[in-house]
Amino acid sequence: MSDFVLKRVVALLLPFVQMFGLYVIFHGHLSPGGSFSGGIIVGLGMIAFSLVFGLEKGSEKLTERTTTLIESFGTLWYGAMGLVGVLRGSSFLMNKGSGVPLGEPGKLYSGGLILLITLGVGLKVASTMVTLFNALMEEED
Amino acid sequence: MSRNIAAFLLVCIGVVMFLAIAELPLYGSPDTPVQNYVAERYIDGALSDTGALNMVASIVIDYRAYDTLIETTVLFTSIIAVFLVLKKGIN
Amino acid sequence: MSPQIIDFLNIIFLGFLVVIAIAVSYVRDLLYAAILLGAYSVTMALIWLLMSAPDLAITEAAAGIGMTTLMIAVISKTGREEE
Repeated sequence: MSDFVLKRVVALLLPFVQMFGLYVIFHGHLSPGGSFSGGIIVGLGMIAFSLVFGLEKGSEKLTERTTTLIESFGTLWYGAMGLVGVLRGSSFLMNKGSGVPLGEPGKLYSGGLILLITLGVGLKVASTMVTLFNALMEEED
Repeated sequence: MSRNIAAFLLVCIGVVMFLAIAELPLYGSPDTPVQNYVAERYIDGALSDTGALNMVASIVIDYRAYDTLIETTVLFTSIIAVFLVLKKGIN
Repeated sequence: MSPQIIDFLNIIFLGFLVVIAIAVSYVRDLLYAAILLGAYSVTMALIWLLMSAPDLAITEAAAGIGMTTLMIAVISKTGREEE
């Protein structure tokens, strides 16, 4: 796919797609959406880049080492957020009971650990989708 | 012959499924077994317990956080399986 | 929206789902099957929205329309079409 119009349109469109995905992730506790849907949108943006501009350019922007690191880091991040409750003398994955400041409802920082967990899981889902796509495309040739 | 047997089995399964659907309560009716004190507890206390406006997020990531943790692990495991099957140069 | 309009839209969308599900089984090319699956996901997302579940609708829109269609399109390029 080396069409000039396609390349320019995707290049213009990609920042908005990525911004919308990050918006869905960051506002997961305020509006519909959340980690899984936002992560998939971010991953779809990256996949569109490597579909149009070629797989080599795509993996230059986002190397396999980076996706593997984010992949493993997302799950560990969730576990580490759970350990906050244990360190504060409460139970695993406790949010309000462990004394995390909840913030004012409706503001971007509210909901305590929910925002941090959503961010980690969203990045992990995005890198999962990119990794799946790359593995399937490499298997083709 | 085998076509007839397959069609007969499909009709039987369809009849059973429609009987099951006829027993379901109406969509959105308030006196179903699902609408018990647990739903009331979540609707009343979600905002003060978690501080998140989106109640789905507060249930998925706060009340049922273990579920989502294991779900994330399932994604991780699926990626490991894909690497094992498809990735070149690992064997 | 009034309940009659919601019932009417529900009937239309559910009938459309049945039509697509039957059509998928008659299609030989995997690419057409992927596109039909995308249409199925669009309809399903609209039904979730009618049932006032916007969370599920946005996830269905992202995962069903974008990701599943893309994955099946990629697999169909590997030449595993039905003869």
